[in-house]
Amino acid sequence: MTDETAVTFTWRGALEGAKRCLPIEISGFAIGLVFGVLAGQAGLSVAESVLMSALVYSGAAQFIVLGLWAAPLPVLGIVLTTLVVGLRHLLMGAALSPFFSKLGRLKAYGSVYFMADENWALTMSEFSKGRRDAAFLLGGGVAMFLSWTTSTLIGRTVGGALLDPERWGLDFAFTAVFLALLVGMWRGRSDLLPWAVAALVAVAAHQWLPGQWYILLGGLAGSLAGAVRRES
Amino acid sequence: MSLDSLTLLTIVLMALATYATRAGGLWLASRLALSERAEAWLDYIPGAILVSIVAPVVLTAGLAEALAALAVILVASRTGNLPIAMVTGVLAVLLLRTLV
Repeated sequence: MTDETAVTFTWRGALEGAKRCLPIEISGFAIGLVFGVLAGQAGLSVAESVLMSALVYSGAAQFIVLGLWAAPLPVLGIVLTTLVVGLRHLLMGAALSPFFSKLGRLKAYGSVYFMADENWALTMSEFSKGRRDAAFLLGGGVAMFLSWTTSTLIGRTVGGALLDPERWGLDFAFTAVFLALLVGMWRGRSDLLPWAVAALVAVAAHQWLPGQWYILLGGLAGSLAGAVRRES
Repeated sequence: MSLDSLTLLTIVLMALATYATRAGGLWLASRLALSERAEAWLDYIPGAILVSIVAPVVLTAGLAEALAALAVILVASRTGNLPIAMVTGVLAVLLLRTLV
């Protein structure tokens, strides 16, 4: 994927990212409401709940640690769990590097603070179409960040009788977004083997391992299968 | 507005752990001189990660989810429109869960 096109970082790109992530900001808002409610039930204050959403900004990690939240607080267990849940970000960041290593340090390392599965996936799909505005990630990420923190606040304060995402099918929104992005990323038969390996390993890991290892393991196995096959 | 100091410490450590993973992959990969083989590997990561996220839901959650996934794929490949594909998926799963 060596390309000579310059990578840019513009307001326009950021706005485009915020705009294109709108469906995710909306469904993320509903999930954030639920997080706020559950955080309250786990004993987190309003300030603590919002602070966690702002500083950690990872739905997967935050929901999982709520399950561990009890007095006395198992600090080490919570931090290690967060680390393990975040390991997939290592792979995602590596995939960004051919483009983001061409940016200044502040832009690159500031942007990845806001890197979540969804805006990363949309950004990679932009790059795969030959567009090269790296601010897309930041724009989508900041918009999702605002949606996530605001909805945490509302869920935590208004709370209670709000909505159950499953009842509204909203739990499927993210799956649908990822599927649609996959359709756009399909390059033909060369993707068949890596994708099949990823699916197989992910399903097996999801069945047998706790938490979110399945994303990391499936992603690793699938991408390695693709690289090894390209060799021969 | 109460902030317990142990809770605060835990949240800050969580934030550091998460940021380390967000920045770590970029940092490592841009520091190493990448071989052609490594570039081919990076090239396959996005698809493989996305497949891994959706595969357990699509393949093992149940008939409603599998059929809704099929609907999303159809709409996405016909229209190429992300919001429409998402709404289709949500409505389809909502409907199918009441049926199957």
